[in-house]
Amino acid sequence: MSMALPATTSEQEITTQTTYQEPAVIDLHGLSVTFGRRQILKNLRGDLRGKAIGLLGPNGAGKTTLIHTLLGFHEPSAGTAQIFGHDIVDEANKIKSLIGYMPERDSFIAKMSAVHFVRLMGELSGLPPEAALERAHEALFYVGLGEARYRRLETYSLGMKQLAKLAQAIVHGPKLIFLDEPTNGLDPPARLRMIKLIREIRDSGEANIVLSSHLLLDVEECCDEILILRDGQIAVYCNLEEERKSNRKFLMIETRGDQQRFVEALAKLGCEYAITNASRMKVVLQDGVEVRDLYRLAEQEQVQLRRLSYKRDSLEDIFLKAMENGHGGL
Amino acid sequence: MAVYEQTYKRYAGPLTPEWSRFLIIPRHAYRAVFNSKLFTAFFVICFVPLLVEAIMLYLRHNVGALAAMNAQVRDLFVVDAFFFEVFVNIQNSFAFLLALLIGPPMVSRDLRNNALPLYLCRPFSRTEYVIGKMSVLLILLSLITWIPQLLLFFFESYLEGFAWFKENLWIASSIFIASVFWILLLSLLTQTISALVKWRVVASGALVALFLIPSAFGLFINEVFSTLWGNTISLIASIKNVTSGLFGTFDYVGEIRRVRGYEGTIVREVLLIEPPLWISWTMLFLLCAICLALLSWRVKAYEVVK
Repeated sequence: MSMALPATTSEQEITTQTTYQEPAVIDLHGLSVTFGRRQILKNLRGDLRGKAIGLLGPNGAGKTTLIHTLLGFHEPSAGTAQIFGHDIVDEANKIKSLIGYMPERDSFIAKMSAVHFVRLMGELSGLPPEAALERAHEALFYVGLGEARYRRLETYSLGMKQLAKLAQAIVHGPKLIFLDEPTNGLDPPARLRMIKLIREIRDSGEANIVLSSHLLLDVEECCDEILILRDGQIAVYCNLEEERKSNRKFLMIETRGDQQRFVEALAKLGCEYAITNASRMKVVLQDGVEVRDLYRLAEQEQVQLRRLSYKRDSLEDIFLKAMENGHGGL
Repeated sequence: MAVYEQTYKRYAGPLTPEWSRFLIIPRHAYRAVFNSKLFTAFFVICFVPLLVEAIMLYLRHNVGALAAMNAQVRDLFVVDAFFFEVFVNIQNSFAFLLALLIGPPMVSRDLRNNALPLYLCRPFSRTEYVIGKMSVLLILLSLITWIPQLLLFFFESYLEGFAWFKENLWIASSIFIASVFWILLLSLLTQTISALVKWRVVASGALVALFLIPSAFGLFINEVFSTLWGNTISLIASIKNVTSGLFGTFDYVGEIRRVRGYEGTIVREVLLIEPPLWISWTMLFLLCAICLALLSWRVKAYEVVK
């Protein structure tokens, strides 16, 4: 029995066939991070080039540690990484002037209005006071907090606080924005608004985004590349767009009759398949094979096709397989 | 990213020099601090002793005013190192109260609200953060300690003449060192306590306790063992000794203590001698080093659980 899987390799190193002129957004060179005796990140390698990179993984996989290390909060125990060609250890300040960060947890400076807070963050990023104030107003309007910008942050709802965090991350117009669980705790309308903003920033072409989340839907809606971490190692790195375009379409088929004879006939047609239970199977159509061929085959083998639907390899499938299979990448 | 455009745009304008960014913290802190009328009032009160000092200096040299008051102020006090030491000590006490008012919440508030990652993900280092927070106190306390004291010293020099200025120039350096060392120590202590304790009231209490408890314990040692070596653990005594040393009024020989027996009879007399001055300096420098180590340990974007 064979089953089409998202492209994976056993090697951790991600290699790309294309030769790029521009430096990668993030270039990992054997990056390892150890806390005490625990190795959190293990020899991560690869160059990430997506406009929006989704960082996925189960709890404790090392997503947040990776972001924190790239931000310079933790020292690598071995290896290093580069952001836009700048080393995270040797050129930390240069990198920090290019990035914006939206932390996962509530992070504020107390007893400040939103506009004062965002302005302060802008000034700390190097903007002159007047420019910081102007951009603070703009950023707050942009995220939808324009009317509430003079209110103290303590009085904000959770959704508003998330938006204020986004505003401080973009006030200085960074080239790369790290968003750590940006939709955490948001109600559906607030979540949609956040997703819309992230997509707008991505589509503006002015900034790259690294989005860490364990909500697959968020990543699927916002990102063009995904990096899945498991136990501090890269489990999968792939381009979602290419995955979508690769026409790797599944047919979910429910049959009644002699399923074994039917799948043997499918194999003769050169189709890959996976039997999920006594009556259901997933089939990948090969080039030149049409759905009408399956109907003909069913008639020939005296099998009823009770249900037939297309199902693409969703991010959830990729994620679950990465959790089962371990390391890999495109 | 103009308000009306509602699009994301990168910033392409000029940036401020990196070395000057630590000053952003005091600038924003003063906005908040001087919003309080109570604090502003107290800050104004801190200048009252300086005003008194200035009036004293003025009257001492103004014959017409003295005649009108039918007084001989010139004979009442002498403007020497001791005169300035007294006022330096008064201003240092006010500096302590000011530090107590604004120091404790500075780092603790950021720790409580997880604000440190927001500072440190920017081109702004931990050192700049600590210097920025310390300079909130350093600048404010300078305004009520060494800056006006030096101005008054120069005022007195102007009234007395160049000879007096030349002869007493060392007092100016004593004023500067004594005040700056005190406010530096205060800033470090308040920042450290603020970084260790999250609640303002507890942090304020801890700062007061740090001065009072070791001093009380030092006094207890002095009494029980008939010595002055207990002063080595007293922050108040160490500061007092260092300031006296700088103004040339430090005296190694203290009082003669009479040790009495059970029936109240004098058993023996002990001449109490202050520990050497360098011990006080060492203790204070050691305290500064401990504060820096603790700050370095606490001021981090995230606590790492090993």
